[in-house]
Amino acid sequence: MRALIYLVLTLCALFYMLPLYVMLVNSVKPLDEITGGGMMNLPQVFTLVPWARAWSSAQIGVEPTGLSPYFWNSIRMVVPAVAISTLLGALNGYVLTKWRFKYDTILFGLMLFACFIPFQVVLIPMARMLGLMGLAGTTRGLVLVHVVYGVGFTTLYFRNYYAFFPTELVRAAQIDGAGFFRIFWRILLPSSGPIAVVSIIWQFTNIWNDFLFGASFADANSQPMTVALNNLVQASHGVKEYNVHFAGAILAAMPTLLVYIVAGRYFVRGLMAGSVKG
Amino acid sequence: MAVSARMDFKSRLRIWLPKLVLSPSLAMVLVFVYGFIAFSVYLSFTDSRLLPSYGWVGWENYSKLWRLSHWEISLANMGIFAALYIGSCTALGLGLAIFLDQKIRIEGVLRTIYLYPMALSFIVTGTAWKWFLDPGIGLENVMQTWGWETFGFDWIKNRNLAIYTVVLAAVWQTSGFVMAMFLAGLRGIDNEIIKAAQIDGASNWNLYRRIVIPQLRPAFLSAFVILGHLAIKTFDLVIALTGGGPGRATELPATFMYSYAFTRNQMGIGAASATIMLMTIAAIMIPYLYAELREKR
Amino acid sequence: MRSQFKTITATVLALALGGDAATAQGDGGVEVLHWWTSGGEAAALNVLKEDLEKQGIGWTDMPVAGGGGEQAMTVLRARVTAGNAPTAVQGLGFDILDWANQGSLADLNAVAAEEGWDSVIPAALQKFARVDGKWVSAPVNVHSTNWVWANKAVLDANGIAVPTTWEEFTAALDKLKAAGVTPIAHGGQAWQEATVFDAVAMSVLGPNGYQAAFIDLDEAVLGGDRMKEAFDRMAVIRANVDDNFSGRDWNLATAMVINGTAGFQMMGDWAKGEFLNAGKVPGQDFLCFRFPGTTEQVIFNADQFMMFDQGGSVSAGQAALASAILSPSFQSAFNVVKGSVPARTDVSDEAFDDCGKKGMKDLAAAASSGNLFGSMAHGHAAPASVKNAIYDVVTAHFNGAYDSTTAVTELVDAVSIAR
Repeated sequence: MRALIYLVLTLCALFYMLPLYVMLVNSVKPLDEITGGGMMNLPQVFTLVPWARAWSSAQIGVEPTGLSPYFWNSIRMVVPAVAISTLLGALNGYVLTKWRFKYDTILFGLMLFACFIPFQVVLIPMARMLGLMGLAGTTRGLVLVHVVYGVGFTTLYFRNYYAFFPTELVRAAQIDGAGFFRIFWRILLPSSGPIAVVSIIWQFTNIWNDFLFGASFADANSQPMTVALNNLVQASHGVKEYNVHFAGAILAAMPTLLVYIVAGRYFVRGLMAGSVKG
Repeated sequence: MAVSARMDFKSRLRIWLPKLVLSPSLAMVLVFVYGFIAFSVYLSFTDSRLLPSYGWVGWENYSKLWRLSHWEISLANMGIFAALYIGSCTALGLGLAIFLDQKIRIEGVLRTIYLYPMALSFIVTGTAWKWFLDPGIGLENVMQTWGWETFGFDWIKNRNLAIYTVVLAAVWQTSGFVMAMFLAGLRGIDNEIIKAAQIDGASNWNLYRRIVIPQLRPAFLSAFVILGHLAIKTFDLVIALTGGGPGRATELPATFMYSYAFTRNQMGIGAASATIMLMTIAAIMIPYLYAELREKR
Repeated sequence: MRSQFKTITATVLALALGGDAATAQGDGGVEVLHWWTSGGEAAALNVLKEDLEKQGIGWTDMPVAGGGGEQAMTVLRARVTAGNAPTAVQGLGFDILDWANQGSLADLNAVAAEEGWDSVIPAALQKFARVDGKWVSAPVNVHSTNWVWANKAVLDANGIAVPTTWEEFTAALDKLKAAGVTPIAHGGQAWQEATVFDAVAMSVLGPNGYQAAFIDLDEAVLGGDRMKEAFDRMAVIRANVDDNFSGRDWNLATAMVINGTAGFQMMGDWAKGEFLNAGKVPGQDFLCFRFPGTTEQVIFNADQFMMFDQGGSVSAGQAALASAILSPSFQSAFNVVKGSVPARTDVSDEAFDDCGKKGMKDLAAAASSGNLFGSMAHGHAAPASVKNAIYDVVTAHFNGAYDSTTAVTELVDAVSIAR
């Protein structure tokens, strides 16, 4: 019986690994080996040239810059956006569970429903608003967009988590004369680790991988990594350098993969701690 | 009221502070979500083509929309896709979670492997999947070179079966996340209940069917919400994998809307399809949210 | 926790408020939105960039690839809506007219008059670069779509001469099939099917019929018997492609012809670059000829750079860019790489190979005899909505969802909804 379980789990793991395997082995092959067929074969000649090219010399636009400048654009966008939306979510969750007021559930419902809006719908009006606010084509504009469309999720996570946080502790602190922010700062925030991990993983993944907003609302100096990767992969003429494409793809995915590997164990713990409980 | 009027500024601030803290998020959502939805609904009644314009045309865009076989195809695909995707992800996620919960020694490694696809965007994995599914170089070819001569797997080239390859890739991407949610749910169940049932001699099958799975109800609901919203937003996947083809066989409402609003310069029809999508989402989500939020009182 | 938090907050604030580097737009430079990101094209574009930089004009590059420019057009719409339009944008056919009609484009008449664009650019192309007597964009090249590319060794081995009629062509296809060669290399994407349809429709309907169907959108022709015959011919072509065609990129189809696993490919002249990259020589290793029955005609599409209005006047950067694009030296250098032919007819063909020389000669002849027509498949015959409606029908028919009779009815219906 246990052997069977191990077998099933391992087979599934192989299935899940397959695309990554294909990408990895083909990113370290010379191009002629790829075009020769055999996408599953291990490389006969091992080379890291595709990785170097993808990072620093592949053709993204008129100049062969590789993906590296765009990597930093992405970092500049993703770090503030994740931090701000997580903090806002925490504050909202705190208000919605510990400072209840009339109709607060309806407000929460409104924020939650907002998670479901397809992004294609908001493209044009959002562009107009960013223009009016003077944020068109800036990293700050992108941060705003990602905060707006992420805050529903982060609020959901923190609200469900704080719902299980003993309200008596909050009341006791109140009686001791602690104010709104002091309670949040001293009592709730220090114990929010697990759910913060869930929120950060979720937001980081979504924002890092976003293409539509990045392509539409950035200009030449703020285009994120996904747009550059798309330019690399989608180039329609000439020889397709699949090995460079795969190396670039893995490079672009590296930060999210890292986040999952490092924070993965806290992820289940965080989910356990709140968001899937009623 | 009379009491609050006499309150000093500080205590009045204290009462309003929570609402003040909530208000920026709320304002953002009202403007950037509900305002934009209203705008989009309005556009669906206008003659907008390349850019928004404000000539009123009544229901014309809707009547055009329903005359398009392309729209019917994308709705039918949505039905197939959503049902299979949500169903398979839930089944696979639950199965993996139950197996992983049997004190597996390499749980940490396996869990990361199941989860990692969620970390990748389809701009990244689209090419790998395309290769894998392509009969010429992918699975079919590999199996045949390994000696299974009659093996055939060319679904992606078949207009009746291509949608299932989209389901396959989508399940691959998110089932790990669903697994994590169920795993968290399983870990949250009180061990005493399970032990008691085992003492009573319940078989494993009955234990899970009668006791464990009913306890996972909240996890099921969360999974449905997340999967439902991902199903509706599915866009990159189709673009990367099939481009909507063969023919128009794998178009979904999101790709339909994008193509009419942005590449075909028929923003009015695009907005009409968006309105119908939003109404469908609302019809499913509002009862759910109502039930969920009321229960918590 | 708390001190950690402060450090994090400080970092976040620094990143959030750090602001963005100034763009080159401010100092009279140009920001160029385009989708030419593959090696050869980008290198050719880099020539333009260096040319401008020599004149002290900065070039801010804004590449957005994907879907033959579809992705870039979405981005453009967001940028214009935000009031942050790039100074120069790669554009095609009706997209340019649409933007001109929105009043978004600058008036390039001063540059055009100084350099005499009126007399060197073919009239059929001017229709897409001049709106109400105003030059709004600078044409880079003229592509042509009614080409057939063939592997010479495969044709010779099977005793096939260059076919000039549909009957000769089908006979050649039969021979190749009998010899176990895939007769036609094709990539199953809507735009590729439409590209083939361009040439097939021209061969059946003739120039007048093509004009009536795709440019004037005459329902009698769209729904006529000749159109049904065009679809029948598409079915013949479908019967001569391999089973694995669906979703294939065009350059992989070209590779099949290069390797000799397929005999012919119907594709625009950008396919030539693939042959040249593989070290093949026109006339010796591969052949280029017009689709049988369209020997006189040239179906074209042209890449241009639209200049977006910057507060009512043409900026110095835009004027310099426009003038650099139309300079004979750039026109020659770029088009030799791209496979297309120069947009101006007075450029020397010295640097071009045989196919390029033939393309230039065909273009000049077609332009003077009234045989130069915009490509339906590439947005030079009808607006985007109609173009895509035709795509829907052509691709559905090609993939077996409609027979030819249904396709004709659907075509009329789809075009009427899209107008």
